[in-house]
Amino acid sequence: MTAAAIPNAPPEVPLLDVRDLTVEFSTRRGTVQAVKHVDVTVGKGETVAIVGESGSGKSVTSYAVMRILDRAGHIANGTITFGGVDVGKADERNMRDLRGREISMIFQNPRAALNPIRKVGHQIEDVLRQHAQAGSDDAKTKAIAILEQVRIARPDERYHAFPFELSGGMCQRVVIALALACRPQLLIADEPTTGLDVTTQKTVMDLVVELTRERGMSTILITHDLGLAAAYCDRVVVMEKGRVVETANSHAIFSAPNHPYTRKLVRATPRPGVTLTDLLPEDDAVSRSALRKASAINGAAHQGAGEPPLLVVDNLIKEYPRKDVNGGSFAGLFKRNGAASPDAPPPVFRAVDGISFSVRRGESVGLVGESGCGKSTTSTMVMRLIDKTDGQILFDGEDIGAIPARQFARLPLRKRIQMVFQDPTESLNPRFTAARAIADPILRMGDEKGTKAVRARCEELATQVGLPLDLLDRFPHQLSGGQKARIGIARAIALKPELVILDEPTAALDVSVQAVVLNLLQDLKEQLGMSYLFVSHDLNVVRLLCDRVIVMQAGRIVEEGPTEQVLGAPAAAYTRELLSAIPHPPL
Amino acid sequence: MSDTTAAPSAPTHGMGAVLRHAQYVIRENKVTGFAFGLFVIILLAALFGPHIVPYDPLASNTSAALQAPSARHWFGTDQLGRDVFSRVVVATRLDFAIAIFSVVLVFLMGGLAGVAAGFFGGWTDRIVSRIADTIMAFPLFVLAMGIVAALGNTVENIVLATAIVNFPLYARIARAEANVRREAGFVQAARLSGNGEMRILLGHILPNIMPIMVVQMSLTMGYAILNAAGLSFIGLGVRPPTPEWGIMVAEGAAFMVSGEWWIAFFPGLGLMMAVFCFNLLGDGLRDIIDPQRRT
Repeated sequence: MTAAAIPNAPPEVPLLDVRDLTVEFSTRRGTVQAVKHVDVTVGKGETVAIVGESGSGKSVTSYAVMRILDRAGHIANGTITFGGVDVGKADERNMRDLRGREISMIFQNPRAALNPIRKVGHQIEDVLRQHAQAGSDDAKTKAIAILEQVRIARPDERYHAFPFELSGGMCQRVVIALALACRPQLLIADEPTTGLDVTTQKTVMDLVVELTRERGMSTILITHDLGLAAAYCDRVVVMEKGRVVETANSHAIFSAPNHPYTRKLVRATPRPGVTLTDLLPEDDAVSRSALRKASAINGAAHQGAGEPPLLVVDNLIKEYPRKDVNGGSFAGLFKRNGAASPDAPPPVFRAVDGISFSVRRGESVGLVGESGCGKSTTSTMVMRLIDKTDGQILFDGEDIGAIPARQFARLPLRKRIQMVFQDPTESLNPRFTAARAIADPILRMGDEKGTKAVRARCEELATQVGLPLDLLDRFPHQLSGGQKARIGIARAIALKPELVILDEPTAALDVSVQAVVLNLLQDLKEQLGMSYLFVSHDLNVVRLLCDRVIVMQAGRIVEEGPTEQVLGAPAAAYTRELLSAIPHPPL
Repeated sequence: MSDTTAAPSAPTHGMGAVLRHAQYVIRENKVTGFAFGLFVIILLAALFGPHIVPYDPLASNTSAALQAPSARHWFGTDQLGRDVFSRVVVATRLDFAIAIFSVVLVFLMGGLAGVAAGFFGGWTDRIVSRIADTIMAFPLFVLAMGIVAALGNTVENIVLATAIVNFPLYARIARAEANVRREAGFVQAARLSGNGEMRILLGHILPNIMPIMVVQMSLTMGYAILNAAGLSFIGLGVRPPTPEWGIMVAEGAAFMVSGEWWIAFFPGLGLMMAVFCFNLLGDGLRDIIDPQRRT
């Protein structure tokens, strides 16, 4: 038995020892090495972070440890020893025993990791029974006890809940409960908090660290967020392009990064007390900084305080009808008609509840808050893609809120308000080349006529956003995330808009790409004199780009003011909560 | 790990890349290669059939009636002494044409109605979906029989009947695919670029659905051929002596009991191979088009 061998292992031997690991994937363009000669060790009770950008091989390494690589991938070289067992040579039956009981994993998307049509309690029971940790008589009690351990309130009720009835953070707790159900020795958490709000991230990470510490478990945290890694882990392993470039304890990684790549990552991580140019690699930052200063003088003159504001939003309200007051449960079907309980919620849901703000010409205003706070609904209304329920949206003095969204697409006003979308991949038509995507607004509403003039304008825009011209004839799937983001930006500025709404434009990008894109946005704003409404959940990014910040919670504005004031000395309790939830690396 | 497949270094776009990928799929999947081969044979038979066959498919020769397959008559001869091989090959054009036209017609009707239903929703959706439901309420072959019987016994009406019978399938697939894309980022971006709703539907959504529709069209081709042959078999649509697989099977069926199996067998084999080919081709096309399978 594999399990019996583990407690007898001598203490000086690390729990997990990965040596010289190489993982290959066979593709139709030949063999690709996703992981090259990687060494990682995890001691008993140790928390290790594997940090890297997309494509660095950090996930593949962990999949290799679990032996769950997909069919095209295989371990080409190296050994993986877990508690004295050679994982690389273990047969599939022993591996199945090892997974879940000795090593378990938390995946990025908690909702996808849960079976959508099975009650969460039953899913936990399944794992317990699979590994003979519970019989049919005590499975339910044990499952409820486990739900209680991951701080799920009212566990006996939630035992009967389906995944879709729980929030994202709640689902991730259930996944953690599943992962910890059999008291494994090693927990692999693959981007466990990506896609969760910052306050939820904090509670989830605190929970993981607390539970694993009290059980003496080891943890591997796979993340792209260096701040998160340094805040929660003992040791950080930095990976780049399939190789480990640096391994250090988390204090040292921020204070004295050794490898140039680590230095670049540390620099690119947005944090308090830095400017935009500080995010760029050292040699690049100096020249940019000088440039920025020169243009800042022009920019300051442009941002006239006396002028009437470009955008005024007054008491804006958006209501959605509630689909089912009974919360979608079958019980609702059997209730007698007219037996509506007195404390039933109102028939409409207010996503945006009477908010007012303004944006001046040349100003960047940040709209921050957690998911569901109404910030995206607000920006989509200002964008005139959906209709408001009540209130006014004045753009340059004209009430654009009164024009139905369907008609707005054809008005000349459309040119003046544009948007950069959150997901650069999803916002590009997969069947349009880069040039065609950038040309789309020009063909519809631009002044350039004729193929040659449009192409010339496309090339001009591509140069402006730093997209190499030879990439213009490629399709989105042939481009990297950063290049796609540049296309999205080029398309948004093609019509020389006055107001650009940035809907988390860097949320899907790697941190080093984010640094470049943020600098690009700032440069473009100064060159073209645009105003930005920057929608984001990342306060550190907002701090860098915005002049003023609006903090939203549950459809209302809780705080508004200049960036330094709101983020430096927050007045509202909610803003303070948001700020304190950002993982702070030990400096 | 969100984006491991970042920009490939080789310029991999345009027709060349599609051909290379098709080559790869055929090499990796022998069955698809076989289907492509069959398709080429069917296409050649449809295009040049009447010019390459050894005998006139309509010329009867009673002295050579009911001969078993031999070197002179590969597939034997029928009760009127007509060469079965020539008739099977020549019939390819008619059956193929019926299938092509009905599939194009059903794409124009069902595909476009479905895309509009999925994109606009509301009343458009209700009307299209109810039409589809109504058609689905009948046994499809009986419905096709009814349409041909009511509208008249012509090849055009077989095409129309086959198209109508397939309408719900196309409408539903197109509706579902358009529906998931109606709020997609690139559609919103198209709105911001000043595209009207109609232009978004035809210029942005439809091209993205085309690959799925093409696969569907290939899969339906087999069914359309079978449907046309089936109608002819029961005496609707194409009339004797026109060479057509369905009629030939019907005519030959009577001779099966007396041992002249080849009259019905070879047209039946042609029918089977054609249906087989288009179904396999559909699967192969899906592999070529579906980027998820591009490993």
